[in-house]
This record gives sequence, structure tokens and C-alpha cells, in this order.
Amino acid sequence: MTTLILKTAATYLMPLILLFSVFMLLRGHYLPGGGFIGGLIASIALVVYGYANRIDRIKQFIRFHPGILIPLGVSFSAMAAILPLFFNQPLMTGLWLSGSYPIIGNIGTALLFDIGVYFVVVGATLTVIFSIAEENMKN
Amino acid sequence: MTDNLLILPVIIQLVIAVVSLFFWSRTSYQRISSIIGNVIFLAVSFILFFHVKENGIMVSQGGDWQAPFGITFVLDLFSASMLVITGLSGLAVSIFTAGSMSRRRALFVFFPIYHFLLLGISGSFIAGDLFNLYVWFELIIIASFGLITLGGGRRQLEGALKYVTLNLVASTLFLTSIAFVYGLTGSLNLADLAVKIPEVENQDLVSIAALLFFVGLGIKTAVFPMYFWLPASYHTPMSAISAIFGGLLTKVGVYALIRVFSLFFLPDSFAGTVISAIAALTLIMGAMGAFIQKDVRKVFSWLIVCHIGFMIAGLGIFSTVALAGAVFYLFHDIIIKTNIFMVSGLLYRINGAHTFKFIGGLYEHYPKLSFLIAIPLFSLIGIPPLSGFWPKILLIEGGIQGFDYFIVGAILLGSFVTLVTIGKLWITAVWSEQKSVNYVKHFIHFTQLSKIQRFAYVFPIALLSVVSLFFGFGAFWMLDIANRIAEELMNPDLYIQSILQTQ
Repeated sequence: MTTLILKTAATYLMPLILLFSVFMLLRGHYLPGGGFIGGLIASIALVVYGYANRIDRIKQFIRFHPGILIPLGVSFSAMAAILPLFFNQPLMTGLWLSGSYPIIGNIGTALLFDIGVYFVVVGATLTVIFSIAEENMKN
Repeated sequence: MTDNLLILPVIIQLVIAVVSLFFWSRTSYQRISSIIGNVIFLAVSFILFFHVKENGIMVSQGGDWQAPFGITFVLDLFSASMLVITGLSGLAVSIFTAGSMSRRRALFVFFPIYHFLLLGISGSFIAGDLFNLYVWFELIIIASFGLITLGGGRRQLEGALKYVTLNLVASTLFLTSIAFVYGLTGSLNLADLAVKIPEVENQDLVSIAALLFFVGLGIKTAVFPMYFWLPASYHTPMSAISAIFGGLLTKVGVYALIRVFSLFFLPDSFAGTVISAIAALTLIMGAMGAFIQKDVRKVFSWLIVCHIGFMIAGLGIFSTVALAGAVFYLFHDIIIKTNIFMVSGLLYRINGAHTFKFIGGLYEHYPKLSFLIAIPLFSLIGIPPLSGFWPKILLIEGGIQGFDYFIVGAILLGSFVTLVTIGKLWITAVWSEQKSVNYVKHFIHFTQLSKIQRFAYVFPIALLSVVSLFFGFGAFWMLDIANRIAEELMNPDLYIQSILQTQ
């Protein structure tokens, strides 16, 4: 399924959708959005690019096996839960940096947790899609 | 030590799981991190246990949301000792698998799933919230689905299918019961429920919720009449996995039953009779099932069912003595069931089969090993002064005090059939002559293993045997702990206060 229109569109769409996914990620916590939906959008971006070109292109593009994103994401999310323990607070207490930053807003453990979820979702989705695609290629 | 650190065992398991996920295809690193992690887990559990023993209940409110609104984590003596026992079993199985599992199988992410399983188990011991308990249970069953299908032979998938189906039904019932409770009281915090449930006007609905809870957890715990999935599935995965399943999974259900039924679903005389009857039937059916089996692991699976009856009996009799017996039996049972499934793995490595037809000649060729496996097998029967003996004494004492002679009879019958079954197994496996080794494909005989691998087969069995011996010979100390736990369970005021006072 490599048509010229899709191929050209995908080249422009991928960075846009990726950017949008980051926007969704940062928007989370108080507004609709967050790590899960952001991660799904990011994987859609990569998958669209992959199908428009070839699935190996996407592998060249990200350079590492997406499976590694899963433990990475889980450790980010776990950090968000564990960090308060170092400040003598109960598990999963929300810690926030004082002050607000442009675009990102308040930074706290909730953001760290969302980033973790984002990575896990991207990693898991891409791993599944890659294995299915490889099965198809073998047949 | 601040109370917030009670969460550490859960975090340690999480960290090991994540670390082994990073070493996706380097199974040797996974093996090492699993063992080291479980050693740390055990050490931390011990520290927490002694801390709780000295200073009383530890409470931490997750996310700093106060009870009854937030998720409460509680560590009392009961849960702390369960953590220690889990640590011992978990460490033994870690060493056993690290040595015995082939790389081919370990590549199916065994170690991460195993540690997620232990994460769920240790989490459910510290849960102070009914829904949180449910979440940990879900984590346990999802991880166990992964483990039971690991490697995926046809027979294994068949066993897994029964296991998965029944567990999903059980979870649904469990969740329905939680919904009932929430609808009635507007709270899910265990301590808060203990205050609010007696004030509910419609006590019949409370009974229904209690019944649903008992059925839901009863299926997971394999009590009569919903026990048949257990012997149908536990003999299919590899022995190390059976060991952790047989040792810990059903016992988490027992833990939850004891916790909840002593805290707010207090059994009245009718419910007590029902629970006692179910316990007796579980004992009888399990014993009869074990009696006719001709396969080591099937015998052990049926004995799991049978011995669940002992603990449920303690709950049915519901007195301090009986609960102390049930709690002590729970500790003993986790260690011993983990151990005997590892013994079955060792017998397989020596004989090439699990069926009575092929096993034999252990004493002839490995006299030392036969003495070693005598400890878990005889503790299982409860020959005095080994560990199975003491809790049964307490249970029988509780039964006689409560004039519950039916349950006393069932306990005696269960013990007797266990004795006969294990005696039969002992004669077949140890005293009979060696039959020809059943060489199947990819089978590696015990003598062909490297020294480290042989060590990994024998050491965990020895470790848990020592623990069993301690339970038997240090029974005075253990009885002290069990009595204290039972008293805390019968008088939960302190538990309730320590959770709710932080408001």
C-alpha cells in the first residue's frame, strides 16, 4: 500500500501528529489528554508513516527496538510513585515544583507518571504492530 | 522508621520486574537479579516484621489522601508475617528456576512476570482497602495467566483455559460483592467498613454481599464445590511455576477470606456452620481425590484442595484458638506446598516422569536426597514434632471447644488420608526399585546437570525444609505469633483505630 499521495502526506503528517501527541501528553492531568492518549497518537503517527513507506523505514527511523520503551516507561511511572518516599511522604503523593512554566504548566510527579505511560503505550503498540508486520512479511 | 516505608516490599518487586524487563534477552542477568532481589525482599520483610512485632501496626495513606477516602496500606502482624513467608517461598522458587529453567523457556519473559506476580501477592497483603485488594488480585491473576501458559504446550493450554475461565468468573463475583458493599455503606476502606457494616439497616443484603465475596474468593481459593479447576490445571506448567502457584496463589485467597470475615463480614452462627460444612467437604473431597491419583503432581494438587479445608475450618469455627490454628497452618502450608512441588520437579529430573509407573529407586541411588525430601513430605502429613502437627492440634482443640465434632472428624480424616497418600508416594518413589528412566525429548537427567544446576535443584528444597523444621521445633515461638495474630483478628479495634485515627 505505497501510493504517492499517502507517502507524501505521511512525510508531513508524522511530525505534526507527533507534536500533537506531545501536546496531548502535556495537556493531561487537569484537562482531557494525558499519557495514554498521547502515546496512542504518537504510535498512530509512526504507524501511518510506516505503512505509507515500508515498515522497515520506521525501524530505521527509530533505530532501537520499541520493546525497550516498555521497561523505560514503567520505571518513569514507578519513579513518580516512589519519589515522595524520599521526602518522607506516603507513596504516590503528588509533588509539585513551585512556579509555573510556559507551555508545560506546573511540573510535578503526575507529569512524570504520564510520560511513563506515554512510553509504555508507544512501546507496546509498536512491538505488537512490528511483530504482526513481520509475520505478514514471512508469509 | 517511618510508616510510609511499609510499601517497600512491593516496590522491591516492582524494581526487580522492571530491571529484568530491561535485560529482555539476557536471561542470565534476569536470573541473578531475581535471586538478589528476592534476598533483599526477604531481608526487608524481616525488618518490617520485627518492627511491627515491636511497635505495632504500620499505616500509610497512599497519595496522602486520608482514610477512608484514599487508598490505605496497612501492615499488621498478620500481613507482615505473610510477607516474610512470601519472601522465603519466593526466594526458594527464584533459585530453583534460575538453576532449572532452560534459556528457551526463560526467553518467554518468565522472570518479569514472576516478579509481577510476587508484586501482586505482596500488594494484597498490605492492602487496607477492598477495591485495592481486588486490583492486586487482578494483577496476580493476569501474571498467573502469563505463567501458566508459558511455553504453551497443548496440554498446558487446556489447563490454562479452565484456570482463566474460572478465575474470571470469580473476579466478577468478587467485584459484584464490592459493588454491593459500596452501595450499602459508601466506603471501601476495610477499617471504615468494620465500623459502618454493623450499622447498615438491611443486614440481609450484607449477608448476600458476604456470600458473593465468599463464593468469589472461594473459587480462587479452590474450596468445595468449586475446586475442580485446580487439579485440572496445576499439574500442567513446569514444576517451578506449580510451586509458586500451589504455595502462594490459593493462600492469598485464604488470607483475604480470613481478613475480611474476621473484620466486617462476621460469620453469625448460620454462616459459621455453612463455612464449617464447606471446609469439611473440601477436606473430604480433596482427600478422596488425592487418594486415587497416580501422578505425583496430581496428588499434590489434590492435597492443596484438601488442606485448604484446614484453614477454612479455622475460619468456620471462629474462635481465637481455631484462628491461631488457621493462621499457623497458612504459614506452614505456603512453605510446604512450595517445597513439595519443587520436590516433584526434582523427582522428574531423576525419573523423567511424574507418574507412579516410572518413579522409584530414590533411596537406592540418592540416599541423602531421600532424607532431605522426607522432611517436607512428613511435615505435610504432620508427624509430630514436624510443622504440620501443631496447627492441627490448635484446630482440633478449637473444634472441640466449639462442639463442632463434624469438623474435627473431617480434619482427622483429611490428615489420615494425607498420611496414606504420602505413604504410598513414599513407598513408590523412595523405597521401590529403580525403574528405567523415561527419556523424553529434550530430557536432561539429574546426573547430566552441571554442579551449579544440581545445587539449584537441591538448595531451595533444603532451605524450605529448614524453615519447616523451624516451624516444627520452634513451635513455641510460632504459636506465640499465631496467637497474637488471632487475638488481633478477633479484636480488630486496634486495627480500626490505627487506620482511622490519622484523619
